[in-house]
Amino acid sequence: MNRLSAENVTLAYDQRVIAEKLSVEIPDRSFTVIVGPNACGKSTLLRALSRMLRPGRGRVLLDGQAIQSMPAKKVARTLGLLPQSSVAPDGITVADLVGRGRYPHQGLLRQWSAEDERVVTEAMRQTGVAELAGRYVDELSGGQRQRVWIAMALAQQTPLLLLDEPTTYLDIQHQIDVLDLCAELHETQGRTLVAVLHDLNHAARYATHLIALRDGTVVAEGAPADVVTAELVEEVFGLRCQVIDDPQTGTPLVVPAARRARLTAAS
Amino acid sequence: MTTRQKTRQPSPHTGRAVRLPGGLSLRLDVRALTVAALLLAAALAAGVALIGTGDAGIPAAGVLRTLAGDGTAYQDFIVRELRLPRVLVGLLVGACLGLGGALFQAVSRNPLGSPDVLGLSQGSTAGALVVIVLMSGTAAQVTAGALAGGLVTGLAIHLLAWRQGVHGYRLVLVGIGVSAIVTAVNGYLLTQADLVDAARAVVWMTGSLGGRDWDQVWPLLGLCAVLLPLVLVHARALRMMEMGDDAAHALGVRVQRVRLVLMVCAVLLTAAATAAAGPVSFVALTAPQLARRLTRSPGPNLLPSLCMGAALLVAADWASQRAFGADQLPVGVVTGVLGGGYLLWLLVTERRAGRM
Repeated sequence: MNRLSAENVTLAYDQRVIAEKLSVEIPDRSFTVIVGPNACGKSTLLRALSRMLRPGRGRVLLDGQAIQSMPAKKVARTLGLLPQSSVAPDGITVADLVGRGRYPHQGLLRQWSAEDERVVTEAMRQTGVAELAGRYVDELSGGQRQRVWIAMALAQQTPLLLLDEPTTYLDIQHQIDVLDLCAELHETQGRTLVAVLHDLNHAARYATHLIALRDGTVVAEGAPADVVTAELVEEVFGLRCQVIDDPQTGTPLVVPAARRARLTAAS
Repeated sequence: MTTRQKTRQPSPHTGRAVRLPGGLSLRLDVRALTVAALLLAAALAAGVALIGTGDAGIPAAGVLRTLAGDGTAYQDFIVRELRLPRVLVGLLVGACLGLGGALFQAVSRNPLGSPDVLGLSQGSTAGALVVIVLMSGTAAQVTAGALAGGLVTGLAIHLLAWRQGVHGYRLVLVGIGVSAIVTAVNGYLLTQADLVDAARAVVWMTGSLGGRDWDQVWPLLGLCAVLLPLVLVHARALRMMEMGDDAAHALGVRVQRVRLVLMVCAVLLTAAATAAAGPVSFVALTAPQLARRLTRSPGPNLLPSLCMGAALLVAADWASQRAFGADQLPVGVVTGVLGGGYLLWLLVTERRAGRM
């Protein structure tokens, strides 16, 4: 049995239902990527998996327990989340921000142990921000800042880490940089990663397990090579395309059909 | 038996880790603690100066001797019965406003999210005006009215701003709306007052420490004794919430509960302070901002703000008595001028570009 799963969850904001009777399993030690068109419910699913959104029906299970009934700090020691938008407080240094990832391991009388310091230093080293430790976060570039946030999530030392669109607002070089970092964390540390990504080609290249969502339903899931086909892309995204082998990695590469070809098909 | 961590190279982390045997560890922000201690010393020194100030001037040494119990009967009466309560009320009101302001600004993540701007002070004023104008009530009744007015306004803002939880920006905007309505009501109440009541109301509305006695000290002190530990226990969670609700949530902070507890504390603190001294302007807004610039620490700076509020208020009261004679100028006027002026000066001379 996998550590994280959603069982028949109904997800809604106020009265607007995003997904009904949705069930998802996150395979242990996988790099799972959730893809789908805008408003398909992928970020909503991630919010539910991270206990941020309470399902109307059904439940999210973490290690066999309903996640909503677990103590908040205990969940935060098992499952980390890199939210889409976080605010770095004015005038905070990189080291202090990464240090905040230790919060779930701390208490009123255990505020900053030697272990905290060691883990934070290690997290900064892994993400390549150790040299920036004393710098102010608001002076960094977008790519560096995203690395710092990832370092903070790493300092939380959770076996499961969820990332909500970690590459948004980054240029292509930094997108690849962040995804490489995720792949490395997945491979070398055996962490389970769950990410929401917009770019299907990035998903196909980096994921070990892919979940394709449309209108709050799982359309397909499995290894990218099995899931990413021209038929599926058309079904999920409504886009005619050709799927070829990525010349670099051999993973599926989605090439949208030329405009003329798509227009002919439509008429 | 503290074993200080030996750092070979300067640690990039703010503050000093103090590790005790048994796995206990504290992280002390030395600069913030020093600032808080110095501000507290300044507040107490201003308090001693304030006790010595008045028609019967007493030198500082005499004040200290009297406080220690070695004064003449005459000094004893002046210091302990007349002036000490006033100074204590000033210290406590300043502390409550400084802490309340810091909490509001941290919860709303906005320096404008202060009780003055959100309409809490106006709400307390409305409560006081109702008692003064419509009921010609006693001083104690005015205090109760102001307390009730502040609490009702705080509750109203919270309910109106609630939408799947309270969010910072929405809180500020709702507060400004509520403030506008309450200010209009206050204006109407004033036009309905006769001359004596109106004069009394205007003095109350400026914020004054004149004629405060032990009856005001004890409830304020009791409230602080309960609320301060409660606030400090939640300070670390509040610090996480600076990064946004999602980030705090991911770290295991129960965001909505922490926010509710701290909002209730902040409303109680400001309502009690306003009930005791009137809506002393600007302390809640400036004290946290000034404290933050002195500590140079992000964080909500709760203790430094508290000490800054106390120092600001007592210093302002001393300045108003010194410069204009006893009770010529209510303290609220001076805090407005002093606090506002100091904040502007800091903002203008701020070196680091792009910092609020």
